[in-house]
Amino acid sequence: MGDKGVFWLPDAMSTFAGEVDALFWFVFWTSTVLFAAVVGAKFYFMFRYKRKDETSVPDAVHESKLLESAWIVVPTVLVLFVFIWGFDVYLDMNSAPPDSYQITVRGKQWAWEFEYAEGVTTFEEMVVPVGRPVKLMMSSSDVLHSFFIPAFRVKMDLVPNRYTSLWFEATQTGEYQIFCTEYCGTTHSGMLAKVRVVSEEDFASWIAEQSQDLPPEQLGEQLFAQCAACHAVDGTVKIGPALNGIFGTQQKLADGTSVLVDENFIRESILNPALQVAEGFQPIMPAGYTSMTPKQIDGLVAYIKSLK
Amino acid sequence: MSESASGTINYLSHDKSIKSWLFTLDHKRIGIMYLIAVSLAFLAGGILALLVRIELMAPGETIMSADAYNQTFTLHAVLMVFAFIIPAVPAVMGNFVLPLQIGAKDVAFPRLNLLSFYLYVAGAVIALAALLVGRIDGGWTFYTPYSTSIGDGILYVSTGVFVMGFSSILTGLNFIVTVHKMRAPGLTWNRLPLFLWSIYATAIVQVLATPVIGITMVLLFLEKFMHIGIFDPALGGDPVLFQHFFWFYSHPAVYIMILPAFGIVSDLMGTFSRHQVSGYKFVALSSVAIAFLGFLVWGHHMFVSGQSATSSVVFSLITYLIGIPTGVKVINWVSTMYKGSVQLKTPMLYAIAFLFTFSIGGFTGIMLGVLAIDIHLHDTYFVVAHFHYVMMGGNVIAALGGLHYWWPKMTGKMFNETLGKIAAGLVFFGFNLTFFPQFIMGAQGMPRRYYDYLPEFQGYHLLSTYGSWVLGAGMFLILGYLVASLINGKKAGLNPWGALTLDWTHTTTPPHPHNFLETPIVTRGAYDFHLAKDLFASGKEVSEVVTSTKH
Repeated sequence: MGDKGVFWLPDAMSTFAGEVDALFWFVFWTSTVLFAAVVGAKFYFMFRYKRKDETSVPDAVHESKLLESAWIVVPTVLVLFVFIWGFDVYLDMNSAPPDSYQITVRGKQWAWEFEYAEGVTTFEEMVVPVGRPVKLMMSSSDVLHSFFIPAFRVKMDLVPNRYTSLWFEATQTGEYQIFCTEYCGTTHSGMLAKVRVVSEEDFASWIAEQSQDLPPEQLGEQLFAQCAACHAVDGTVKIGPALNGIFGTQQKLADGTSVLVDENFIRESILNPALQVAEGFQPIMPAGYTSMTPKQIDGLVAYIKSLK
Repeated sequence: MSESASGTINYLSHDKSIKSWLFTLDHKRIGIMYLIAVSLAFLAGGILALLVRIELMAPGETIMSADAYNQTFTLHAVLMVFAFIIPAVPAVMGNFVLPLQIGAKDVAFPRLNLLSFYLYVAGAVIALAALLVGRIDGGWTFYTPYSTSIGDGILYVSTGVFVMGFSSILTGLNFIVTVHKMRAPGLTWNRLPLFLWSIYATAIVQVLATPVIGITMVLLFLEKFMHIGIFDPALGGDPVLFQHFFWFYSHPAVYIMILPAFGIVSDLMGTFSRHQVSGYKFVALSSVAIAFLGFLVWGHHMFVSGQSATSSVVFSLITYLIGIPTGVKVINWVSTMYKGSVQLKTPMLYAIAFLFTFSIGGFTGIMLGVLAIDIHLHDTYFVVAHFHYVMMGGNVIAALGGLHYWWPKMTGKMFNETLGKIAAGLVFFGFNLTFFPQFIMGAQGMPRRYYDYLPEFQGYHLLSTYGSWVLGAGMFLILGYLVASLINGKKAGLNPWGALTLDWTHTTTPPHPHNFLETPIVTRGAYDFHLAKDLFASGKEVSEVVTSTKH
């Protein structure tokens, strides 16, 4: 973002990002000129009319009706102009073209899940084709989240019990940041993902590749992306314990007992995280992972088993 | 009864027992007790802010864990909003100054006034205890279902906020009645100091908006104990409804925070320019208009919440209707200096600084009101910077101006003017260094309420943290010389700033316990300096109380 040398706004990478920016710059420069006028007048008056004589009491100034009307009318016209312009761009941003490619986005503490029309699911990375409108149908399974891609100038809250949506059309291939921008708990700031924009051909072959069944360990690795905000696999202690090299060891629990880390322990820890809590950690792992299919759990067990 | 050096008794010296303070019905003493209470809240909130900034000096853990950080910024926000900014100007300066400026002996209901103070203290204690015990996080907005998912703490926080709100309602009621019924003979609405107009407008909002907090609290309790689905999606409720309730109170509350600042700046601009405030009627009536329009714009906080696009459009339009009178006020304040006689004392420096910082807050508010742009900027540091420019750059800077302006009246002592100017400079520079970088990183996409962040934002965070140290140094300097002035400050004259309002012209410094020994008769407007040339003819500090209150 900042590294591309754009000072105020990140590079504009969607069809309407340019329109949003034009509006931003119009308001920015108009405000700057008006601000400079106000501050300039302020400094000029401050020094020009500085009190030199303690006895001086200036006469009342006859107020100019023309001037007063001007500084009511001019800002009114300016803001109405900006309002109408902003409304126009907002309508574009709210009207997804009917032929949009649809991706279902699910937010939960603290991971993103992207399900594509072909039935493929990814975590931590959303892959979209360039030059094609993409519509996201979004919902949350726990608290509010908000989906934000600065480069596309899009943002929308995810609400439990209802769908919200947004759309965009990426203009260039590349990788851009996704943030969660509605506070959602301890690891809110770790609820990140990337959007990877690829060509139509690459997208088609990527989908085909993903549609094949993965071996359990690879499936587990892919699923693990949604655990990565809290669990490291390189020994780093995050919100939760690191998971590499734990398989087959004795794990000390918060209640003082210890337990053998085996397949059943991993399965229990995913489905019922508050039951056995590792020593030194809070029981804050969300229960949102209970909806995993047996196959997905098998994959995760296989993956964690493989971590050294 | 002890006598002060000048031989006249004053409200501080006539009875010094603790009991005489705790059970006082004197609006001036209640104002001073509020000053101490809100200053403590501000000090605590400020220290928390410094901790937040230190944590954000580098990505990842710097001095505290994620949970500790989330609780720290929440505590900072709740203390600053509910225990400091909302009561600060109305309860401290409103209480102290309002009866003095209208020529009354006290507010209309002195006992209610004391009750307000203790309700405020009780509410603040309940809210603070709930936050600390419940380890509440998520910021001052407490959006459901997150806030209800982390235990019952939110129920008690909302109770505390409601009790504080009740204090606000009673204060507002008291002020409305006082302004209507107790103005001195000759003090027509058109002669009223603009500080009173704005306190009056604020009081309307306090009375009308605050009950909504109570309603929200009752709904939260009903949901909790009777399982009626209101906000909780698991019970079939709608979490977005909570946001409507929250902002239906909290947006008008923004005007509770900013309107009194408008009043202070108007008084400072008039007095230190020795000039009529330009567009007096516009400045006065637009405060009242803003108070009412403030009820119709809450939805501009919710452009990306999932509310209908049609509502968003309407809310955006009404937001501009408020923006225009506010902008015109700024022009009026600047043009008050035109052909005036401007004296740059410490209080005036704050008024001047206010014009700078509040204008930035205002212009970025216009930016955020534009639908298409707000989608990008919503919930980023751009918003954090914007509301700090309005709340701190607007309210706090103006409140500091007011505090310096009325300090001699409150305490009978002058503060050190040189240190005052240095501190004003530190506050102004530190404030801008803290918050301006936040506009840039916000526009680049840095979300708010982030414990950890991407490395490319670190430069801006560092600048912001350094700024917070300069700002903190300025604040502690102010605390230092104000406390020192109590001990060895020069004795204040009767009217050191040469003001024309009754608080300066018709009372002693510090005021008599009953304010006025004779009912003042008002013959000119609050800023009609051209009608009072004789008062300044000697070129010396105005030292005669117009109607003698000496024994």
